[in-house]
Amino acid sequence: MIESSQLTRKFSTKQGTVEAVRGVDFEVAEGETVGFLGANGAGKTTTLRMLTTLLGPSSGTATVAGHDLRDEPIEVRKRIGYVAQAGGTDPQTSVREELALQARLYRVPASEVPERVRRVSHQLDLYDLLDREAGALSGGQRRRLDIALGLIHRPPLVFLDEPTSGLDPQARSALWEHIRRLRDELGTTIFLTTHYLDEADALCDRLLIIDQGRIVTEGSPEELKNRVAGDLITIELQSGELVDRAKALLGSREDVRELATVGSTLRLTVERGEQAVLDMLRVLDGAELQPIAINLARPSLDQVFLAFTGRSLHDDPGATT
Amino acid sequence: MELLLDTRLIFGRYMRQLMRNKIALTFGVLQPLLYLGFFGPLLTRMPGSGALYDGQSVWQGFVPGMLVMLGLFGSAFAGFGIIGELRLGVVERMRVTPASRLALLMGRIGTDVVRIEMQAVLLLLAAFGFGLRAPVFGILISLGILGLITGCIASLSYAIALFAREENSFAPLLNAVLLPLVLLSGILLPMSLAPGWLNALAHMSPFLYVVNGLRDAFVGDYGSSAMLVGLFVTFVFTAVSLTVGALTFRRENA
Repeated sequence: MIESSQLTRKFSTKQGTVEAVRGVDFEVAEGETVGFLGANGAGKTTTLRMLTTLLGPSSGTATVAGHDLRDEPIEVRKRIGYVAQAGGTDPQTSVREELALQARLYRVPASEVPERVRRVSHQLDLYDLLDREAGALSGGQRRRLDIALGLIHRPPLVFLDEPTSGLDPQARSALWEHIRRLRDELGTTIFLTTHYLDEADALCDRLLIIDQGRIVTEGSPEELKNRVAGDLITIELQSGELVDRAKALLGSREDVRELATVGSTLRLTVERGEQAVLDMLRVLDGAELQPIAINLARPSLDQVFLAFTGRSLHDDPGATT
Repeated sequence: MELLLDTRLIFGRYMRQLMRNKIALTFGVLQPLLYLGFFGPLLTRMPGSGALYDGQSVWQGFVPGMLVMLGLFGSAFAGFGIIGELRLGVVERMRVTPASRLALLMGRIGTDVVRIEMQAVLLLLAAFGFGLRAPVFGILISLGILGLITGCIASLSYAIALFAREENSFAPLLNAVLLPLVLLSGILLPMSLAPGWLNALAHMSPFLYVVNGLRDAFVGDYGSSAMLVGLFVTFVFTAVSLTVGALTFRRENA
């Protein structure tokens, strides 16, 4: 759906030239939900604006929805939906009017417009709000309208820029549900940017981590976590003596990377924790060691992000690019 | 064909917004109405006012200037609307659709022209109340020219707004341009009264020729040289401004 080859974008400012994007290469397959994870100013929005024909690349090329970005921008525009971070609705205009105009701009024949509006408003739970002015909607409702505007022409590929930024937790999880349904029920390819780790984890099949205008790593959330740190298994036993026996039994396993004892608790860092934990239970059981409690923890994406970019996503450096 | 369709869609959107905002529609005509009511009567009672506008009645000379002022001020501020829309994301939302980018400009300009024409009719009706008499054909020509210059100014205003991108730099720019333009175009009093240097300076303003042309239209002198020059300047100015607007709207990162 997307093939980006060495896309770059420079901006000239009073302070000199800023390289917002320094050559990004990636592919997105049909039906995938891919997330662009990065801090503010990492180059996410700039890349997105290039891929959606809003901004000309300084160099590099990309094929989006089967058409070259530079040679056939109109063909690209017909096949994509774009939901900007700022949204794009007029506060005094009704939901119905906004949707109908957008449908017409996407060349939906006038006779089909009411049906389109009805469908997309049902899809995003806006049907009862059709005659309300956009300015009277709640944050979550307005975001759903923004997304509906990007979907009105049923594009096979949708770009969502920070889809849940600024929403409260309920509205966020409701929106996630809508985005998941878009992929599961309509097979839409989704490319989204986010600086929320939980969002990347919850929605994306694959993540591209972008830092200072470059993609530093990519993979599914699971792969990335496995690559950075193993899973943490904590086994609690009745006494320190039993812990030492357990340590002797499990410590020599190949998949154990690290091992530590704290009182009557054994902590192991392992690869593929789900498999390891069952196996370990069997070994302990064979030696007649009965754990009181056992716990498996996956590493967080925050650790992943820290490992690849050398910074945590939580200390934001400020302005969005 | 698609350009026309898209222009109609965008025009429809902004017309609906305009009709929702009747206060702005009425207040836009307030400034020229005030000049008409609070300044015009002074002119009629000025000693020697009969000769002020070169053989025309005071109203025939004064109202064309007011029409041009309405067109200038009424459309020069159009750019503020698009700055607000940039911030709301409306501009990008439309630019990412396959709709013609020229249509995004033309549809907006169309609304500005309709708004100014409606206000101009209001102004003319008031002027008739005060005693303006002018041939219908002359008034129709004047409204036509007014429509063109309104489109020009609106087009330039949108182009400049897209460069300025925020109100704080756009507003001072407008004021710096508008006031000298109004003073140099002989809108209030004819430039034939001006000393030579001022008159020479005034000839740099395209609106001087437009106002002079309209004054001849108001007395039915359709073949006069002032009329022809006025039309010529209007057409050239229209071509230039619409080109500037169109190029700006089609720029990649506008």
